[in-house]
This record gives sequence, structure tokens and C-alpha cells, in this order.
Amino acid sequence: MLDALDILLQANFWAATIRIATPLIFGVLGALLCERAGVLNLGIEGIFVAGAMSGWLAVYLGLPLWGGVLVAALVGAGFGLVHGVLTVPLGLSQHVTGIGVTLLATSAAYFGYRVAFPNVGTPPRIEPFPPLDVPVIGNLPFIGPIVGQQTAFTVLAFACVILVAFVLARTPLGLALRAVGDNPEAVEAQGLSVVGLRMGAVMAGSALMALGGAFLTLSAFNAFYFGMINGRGWVCIALTVFASWRPGKALVGALLFGALDAYQLRLQTITGGAVPSQIFLMLPYIFSIAALVLVARRADYPRALMKPYFKGQR
Amino acid sequence: MLPSSGRDAADLSRPGRGSRQGNRLRLQLMHPDPRPLVLSLTGITKRFGPLTANDRIDLDVRAGEIVALLGENGAGKTTLMSILFGHYVADEGTVNVAGTGGQLAPLPGGSAEAALEAGIGMVHQHFALAENLTGFENIVLGTQSLWSTRLKRREARARVERLIEESGLAADLDVPVARLSVGEQQRIEILKALYRDVRVLILDEPTAVLTPQEADGLAATVRRLAGRGLAVIFISHKLHEVLALCERVVVLRGGAKVADRPTAGADRATLAELMVGRAIPARERPPTTPGASVLELRAASVGKPGQRDRLEAADLVLRAGEIVGIAGVSGNGQGALAALVAGLAAARSGEVTIAGAPAGEADPAGRIAAGVGRIPEDRHRDGTIGALSVAENYVLETVSEAGNQAFGFLRRAGIRARTGEAIRAYDIRCPGPDAAIRALSGGNMQKVVLARVLERAPRLILAHQPTRGLDIGATTEVHRRLIAARGRGAGVLLISEDLDELFALSDRIAVVHAGHLSPAMVAEGLDVRTVGLMMAGHMPGEAA
Repeated sequence: MLDALDILLQANFWAATIRIATPLIFGVLGALLCERAGVLNLGIEGIFVAGAMSGWLAVYLGLPLWGGVLVAALVGAGFGLVHGVLTVPLGLSQHVTGIGVTLLATSAAYFGYRVAFPNVGTPPRIEPFPPLDVPVIGNLPFIGPIVGQQTAFTVLAFACVILVAFVLARTPLGLALRAVGDNPEAVEAQGLSVVGLRMGAVMAGSALMALGGAFLTLSAFNAFYFGMINGRGWVCIALTVFASWRPGKALVGALLFGALDAYQLRLQTITGGAVPSQIFLMLPYIFSIAALVLVARRADYPRALMKPYFKGQR
Repeated sequence: MLPSSGRDAADLSRPGRGSRQGNRLRLQLMHPDPRPLVLSLTGITKRFGPLTANDRIDLDVRAGEIVALLGENGAGKTTLMSILFGHYVADEGTVNVAGTGGQLAPLPGGSAEAALEAGIGMVHQHFALAENLTGFENIVLGTQSLWSTRLKRREARARVERLIEESGLAADLDVPVARLSVGEQQRIEILKALYRDVRVLILDEPTAVLTPQEADGLAATVRRLAGRGLAVIFISHKLHEVLALCERVVVLRGGAKVADRPTAGADRATLAELMVGRAIPARERPPTTPGASVLELRAASVGKPGQRDRLEAADLVLRAGEIVGIAGVSGNGQGALAALVAGLAAARSGEVTIAGAPAGEADPAGRIAAGVGRIPEDRHRDGTIGALSVAENYVLETVSEAGNQAFGFLRRAGIRARTGEAIRAYDIRCPGPDAAIRALSGGNMQKVVLARVLERAPRLILAHQPTRGLDIGATTEVHRRLIAARGRGAGVLLISEDLDELFALSDRIAVVHAGHLSPAMVAEGLDVRTVGLMMAGHMPGEAA
């Protein structure tokens, strides 16, 4: 029993928590940006795959690591453009379109991989982001090893939380984004473009989602594998509701999920096979569902979420 | 219940602004009007398929003028204003707006941004507010560059507060709009327009959602703003408001302008006739002899003790062949009473007898079977199902009866035929029985509800705000039908906020306030002011 608590005192556990949470932070931020503007983006799972694949491929082909990050973001924004055009000016069902985008982006990534490496069994490796080497903090006990296992990509994720929170809360743009997800008529009546705001939010959100994927191939691992996203995008959609569409809570939710995942991995080794490992694998997801049941009942959905807006109709 | 025009003059001579106002008043009497034109519409035509919504309409508006735009639903008022505000593009005609220099310049169509830029502001009947934002945030929304890195709160805040002070539009700026009252939300809407320095303010049915007190406050504000040179276009079909507030009235009918005249010298009858195109027959209420009771409440309590919309130990008797009106500010127990009668709620204590039998548990289907007809307060939410057709809505309450189904299958042909008859009998304007009901105007939707209720010759009719949001034509029709039902021997429970309506229809009137229902008083000879005081909670017999 003490062993189970001992895990919480290991720097290793906390480092893993942050590492597992990082792609989710990007994903939840992206999803909440889209949803705050009134567009559900279920393309997230596929955009993760496309971001992971394109960022890694760009680095493999010779771009610097940050170049790969940029390529992933652009690819994400591209799929965001597809989702946005279909759902915003054309007003198609956001559920159906999102699933379509996920299928399209996943297949396009796999296809691109096969075209680039027709006859390769194991994917070639790249040199991923190196661990951080922070002068003073790196030498602190406990904190030092946790920080020392992270990369600059994780720092970017935390910076994005602050950036998104600031934009939403403190800028005229954020005000307009929050308004367009609640009542597009109010935005139109104030002379702003509903289509422009929503398209922009979906593209920016999708770019963030793609960064979540790219983190896996450029920082957590060093190559692209089929199936490596493994439902992370869907988890982000649930975490967005859990976070009540707030960036700060999104960070908390992602870290909580990361902690549970890191914890169950370590718990498996302690129990030594007495409990089937699948039970442990289920834990974070069971927790997500339970949290969602508790939180979502009171969830204050953006009022215009999933409602297409056409100018001149009331 | 707007103040009389006597207060208008008093308002204009408020201290501090006296000399300028006085000048303006004197100048007004001269001819031609010296106030500068701020808006000029010429030959505006707009067609939707075969329908001509606006037919060569001309309209001039001057600074400081309050112009009423009057017309039935579908007369083209909203279309005209939507063109002005850039929601639609006119097929023909031009819109000229005065710039800051006073020169008239054409307004490009189809752009709300251009309209805002030109100083035209519009307060829609359904507010265009983001409810998750605060009042302040709604006001500044879109007024600062989207690419600036900070929202400049301090200057904006000071300006909004100055506007509040000048206009008297008090509202809490710092809570999400969803938590504000309807009156406050409307004040935020007007502030939104003022913040953008509008020179023309369009108010679309602004009093439809307000209590009488709030409507009074709005009228005072509008006068004050006009006194400062703002041109106001006041869209309404409430004639007494138009006569009290506006100096000129423009009447639209069937898409064309049929009158443009000063309100001085006009009366309600002439304006109503212009709007409807025919003389409105005076309501006749032949005497009846009330029969057996169809609804009896004995010390009935409904709803939780803590909430406002409840009934506490209410006594009421409604007999066949009479109309009993329930007056009161909305939310004081009307909802609980309606729910009780409709079978949506059961009494917590006391006795309730409907059509001679104890009411018992909540049982809406049982009430329908017992002969209770229900005209709900919100026809969109509780009266109709928007996605279904007119015919399907028409048989909603009787779908399991023999004429409408056989062996569990709908008898569509029969349903359609009977709906067709109702469409003719009630003059419901719609493409046919199969049209989706949500495409109908409010008045026509209400006629479907009315036809559904009356078809079954109910013994008890619950009419909850039966004419809210309806124009004169539809209102007259609803009133005529209710009086006819009374003559046929039905008991009508009329819950309304409109005192004119209550006094015109009711045999007796009871007032509800904070869950307490007064005894029903004979309406004949009853003083409106007494009822007004009781609505505010001053029940007679209580210690002052």
C-alpha cells in the first residue's frame, strides 16, 4: 500500500505526468478555441495524426525541429480550413464533417507515409527535441529532475495556455470570439464578420491540435508509427467539456489525465500481474467518463455551439 | 400605458436645457421643418419571390424626430428596417444618410458595418446580445480593432458611464447579460447603439417585452434622446404608445406606404383603420347568464413556498359562460395557476374541481379529455412543435381519437381535410396543411392553436396571454373567438398582462401578486387604477 503512495514522491512520475499531458494541452486548447467560436471540431483525432506525421516528415527531410513544428501547424490549419469551409459558410453538420475530416486527415497521413517510405518496415528515426537544460532550476532537488526531463516543446504548450487565456479574456478579438459562440447575431449586428471569426478560430484551433500530434513524433518519441495517436484527440474533446471551455481548467484537466495515466503505468509494476493490466489501462478513461458525468451535467455549453449561422436569417 | 403628451412638454422644458429646447419647440411650429434631414429612403422595393415585401416606399426622417412606423405583421416594417440596417439589399431604390457634415450620401446596401458606420443603430425585438458576456463587453464588442493586444477598458468604461448618466439608461454593466432582466437587456441594447454615436435609432417593437413601468421608462428615455437630436424610428403596433410618444406616423400596409402624417389630430380608430385597411368593428360582448362552475379553487396552493411564481391558498370560481380575467405582472403566480389548470402541476394543498370532478394528480391528457382547452403563454415553446406541419400540430392533442388514426396509423387524408377546413374557417395564412408550422407568422400560428382548442368545444378554456405579440387583426380575431366561446357556454380563464384586453373581455377580474390571488371583482365599473395598485401588491383590506 505504501508503495502505491510512494509513486507520488517520485520525480519520475511527475515528469511523466507532464509529458503525457503536453499533447492533450495542445488538443484541449485547440478544441476549446473552436468550440468557443461555436464550431465543434471532431476532426481533432485525424489532425493529431496529420500533425504527427507531417512535422516528423519535415524534420526527416532536413528542416530544423522548429521548422517541423511550423509545418505541422500549417498542415493543421489546412485541415481546419477544410472543416471550417464545410461547416461555417456552407453550414453542414459539424458532427458528420468532423468525422469526415478525421478519416481524411488520418488516411492522408498514412498515405503520405507510405509514399515517402514504400519499402520500410520500421520508420526511420530523427533527432528529437533535447531535454531542457535550465541553469538554476535544473539543480534544485525534486523539481530539477522533473524539469530536466521536459523539452522546449512542453514549454510552448504552457505558453500557449497563457496566450489563449489572455486572448480570450483580455483582447477585443477574444471578446468577439466568445460572443460569436454565444450569439452570432450580436456579432453581425456590431459589424463584425461571423464567418471570418469562426474560420479563424477553427484554423487556429486546428493548428494547435496538430502541434499536439507533432509533440509525439518530435519530442516524446522520435518516429511516426501507425496508431500512435490512439484516441488522444477524443480524450481532448471530453476534457474540453470538463474544462468548461476555460484554458486554465484545460491545463488542470490535461495534467490530471496525465497523472492518472502515469500512475497506472507504475501501479502495474507494483501489483506484479495480480490484476490484469487492461484494468489499469482503463483507469484514466473511466475517470474521464466519471468526471464528465459529474461536470457535464452543469456544463454551460456555448449557446451557439453546432448551430450554423446564415446571414439575413433570423 | 405611456405618459400623456402633457408630460412631453414638461420634459422638453427641463432646467439647463431649456433655451435650446424652447427654440426647437418654437421652430417646430414653423413650416417647413428646419431640422436637418438625417435619413432619406426613396422608392425602396424588395421582393421575395412572388411577394413584394416593400413597394416603392419613401421615408424622410429629421434629426430629433420620433417617427412611428406602424403596420400589421407582414406589412413590410421589418423588411424595410432590415434593408436600412444592411441585413437585406433592396431590389430598387436608394438609402441616403447624412454624414457627420450633414451632407446626404448613399448608403451601400447589404452591410451592417456600413449602416453602423453611417450612424444607424437598431434594437431588434429579439435582442442581439451575447449572453455569456457582460453588458459592458456587449457594448464595446466590435468597437476596437480586433488586432489590438489589449482591450482598452478604462476609456471605454468612462464613456459608457457618461452615456448612462446622460440618457438615464441604468443597467448593471458587470454581470453576464443572461442574468439581467429583459428591461435591462434592452437598455444595454440601446446603450450599444448610443456608444456608436448613432444619429438614427430604430426600435423594433420595443415595448412588446416590457412591463408597463419599464415601457414608461423607455418612453421617457426616447424623448430625452430625441431632445438631444437623435432621430428615432419607433416600430410598433400599439396605437396608444404611438400616439403618446411619436410626432409623426408612417403606416405601411401590404408592403406599401399608405399614410405619412403627424400624430396630432389622429386617433386610435383612424390609425387602426389605416393599418388594417378596413374599419375595426367595436367588440361586442353580449350578456350571458353564467351556469354551473367549470373551475373551482378552494384554498389551493401550487408550487414551492419559496418561489415567486406560486399560488398560496387561492380561491376562485369560474362558471360556464363567463370570462374571468387574471391581472398581474408576469411571474407572480400566473404560471402556477396555468400549470394547475392545464394539468401540468398538482395542487400541494386545497381542493381543485374542474368540470365538476376533483382535479387530482398532474394529468395533462386527462384535462384534455375532461374538456379543458389550453392556449399556452409561449406558443413556440408549449403551443406548437416547429418541425411538424400545420396539420400535425392541429391534431396534436387528439391524435389518438378515431378520426385521426386507425390501428395506430395516422389517417393523413382525413387529418389534412379537417386542417384545411380550419385553415379556411380561421383564415390562417399558410401555404397549406403540410407547411411546417414554424414558417407561419405569430398571428397565424396562434390561430392554429386557437382552432385546435375550439374545435373540441371545450367547457373550460385556459387563455394565457393569448394575444401577446399579435397585431390588431389577429388580436381582434382571438378576442372575437373567445367571446363567441363564452356565448356558447364555455368558461374562459384569461390570464393577461394587458389591462386593455382584460377590461375589454372579462366579466370579472382577479389580481394576482406574489402568489396571492384577490377575490374576483365585477369588471363593469371597476377602476383601472385600483387594479394597477393591486398588481403592485397593495391589496385592499391590508394595513397600509
